[in-house]
Amino acid sequence: MIYYAVIVAILVTMGLALARALIGPTVYDRVLAMNMIGTKTVLLLAVVAFFMERPDFLDLALTYALINFIGTLAVLEFFRVRAQRRIAEEKEEGQSPLSGADAP
Amino acid sequence: MTVFIIIFLLTLLVITALAIVQTSNLFAAAMLAGIFSLISAMTFFLLDAADVALTEAAVGAGISTVLFLGALALTADHERAGTAGRLIALVVVTAIAAVLIYTTFDMPRLGDPNAPSQLHVAPWYLEKTPEYIDVPNVVTAVLASFRGYDTLGETFVVFTAGIGVLFLLGKAPVGQPKLSPAMTFAGKAGLRHYQIPRVVGRLLIPFILLFALYVQFHGDYGPGGGFQAGVIVAASIVLFALLEGEERALQALPAGLLKLLAAAGALLYGFTGVACMLLGGEFLNYSVLAHDPVHGQHYGILIIEAGVGFTVTGVLISIFHSFAARGAK
Amino acid sequence: MIVDAVSWVLLTLGGFSVLIGGIGALRMPDLYTRMHAASVTDSLGTMLVLAGVILQAGFTLAAVKLAATLIFLLFTSPTAANALASAALMAGINPGLATPWRQEPRS
Repeated sequence: MIYYAVIVAILVTMGLALARALIGPTVYDRVLAMNMIGTKTVLLLAVVAFFMERPDFLDLALTYALINFIGTLAVLEFFRVRAQRRIAEEKEEGQSPLSGADAP
Repeated sequence: MTVFIIIFLLTLLVITALAIVQTSNLFAAAMLAGIFSLISAMTFFLLDAADVALTEAAVGAGISTVLFLGALALTADHERAGTAGRLIALVVVTAIAAVLIYTTFDMPRLGDPNAPSQLHVAPWYLEKTPEYIDVPNVVTAVLASFRGYDTLGETFVVFTAGIGVLFLLGKAPVGQPKLSPAMTFAGKAGLRHYQIPRVVGRLLIPFILLFALYVQFHGDYGPGGGFQAGVIVAASIVLFALLEGEERALQALPAGLLKLLAAAGALLYGFTGVACMLLGGEFLNYSVLAHDPVHGQHYGILIIEAGVGFTVTGVLISIFHSFAARGAK
Repeated sequence: MIVDAVSWVLLTLGGFSVLIGGIGALRMPDLYTRMHAASVTDSLGTMLVLAGVILQAGFTLAAVKLAATLIFLLFTSPTAANALASAALMAGINPGLATPWRQEPRS
């Protein structure tokens, strides 16, 4: 009985975060939404484990907290690589008209 | 109440799936696939399938997302627009989907107590597990002992997948320009200039590995086992590689050791079966491994779960390294 | 009885702060203000909800696992938020300040 309010609140927040993931203009908004959904899932797992009287299932919450952290850092690494590639490509494009003009 | 939560989560799943199909930005699709896996893990948990939920959370939302991103770092950002044959594909898919949905009308409903699996198979396992194997987690008993042959097949499938990826991605093609270390996924630069994540990561990695050991050995009593533990170890090494650079991760766990680990795990499982045969029982009948059938089953489950854990760890970390090292060779 | 009441209060407050964070993440105008709103859920919401559930668990192994989850989340959520904000700033997304301030994208 005492868990109903929390469960509803967490589910609604997951829905709102999903909306942000779908709308978010920049990619960082989407990463933020994914991180939020992750931490809300950990809370939901902890609360529902007690709601369903199965406290042995808390290993899932801990595992998921770990995985969420690693996933977010992996995404940030991906962005860094992509930004580096873009900078390198723009440098190449900036140089090639020069070499084209010098060719006979 | 649980029904309403499940319905809400399934609605979120449908919305996420539609968004994945509709978007042409591949990165957004990878993120949404991660969110899809995690909502599915929550749904499995609500349906009381804890082992599956743990595996789905670890694999689908963690390692899968990292591997997708590693692959996207090597390829393009957006889906190429190709519209040939779309109508034919739509017709074929709709026809097959209609046939499949029609056949589900004959299946028993979810959780029906009169379904054949609930009348013959499940009660037998539930009644006989305390007598033959005596572990509290019936899922582990079924997976590791009653259906141990299937799990042997699964371990070899994971091993084969690892070999396949290593064949395809192990060596960089000749003539590719070498990318600077700053431009490869988990390259030498890594997240090195982010000091705070590095310090926190260094603090946490030993505890993550300890937790993986706990999950490995606690599989008899709660959700857990070899697969989940292997995935958590792989995730912690991926974290180390992201924070410190992939070269240091290769120094810590060399590629040769990982391949050895993968092979050793699968062989350990197979040789346990052969050892059972040599001791007089059938293949993978662990009861002959000790003085007492129940203790034999315990030893057998311990050894094969270790084998599964080794294989999954070795394969997943090898796959990650083969993606990450692709541009740098 | 007392434990149930205190637990209920903590859980409801936790749910409320999670909801506030969620609404903030949806309605705030800028990426950095959204991160600020989301961090409310990560810190205050987590502490209140998990404290409420720990009170329900009593002195069992489940309470230890919940405490471990709480400590882990308290370490990693701010770290992830810091890394995200750092990455966004390095990539050149500027906060919407009243006085203009530019950070060029750099590696």
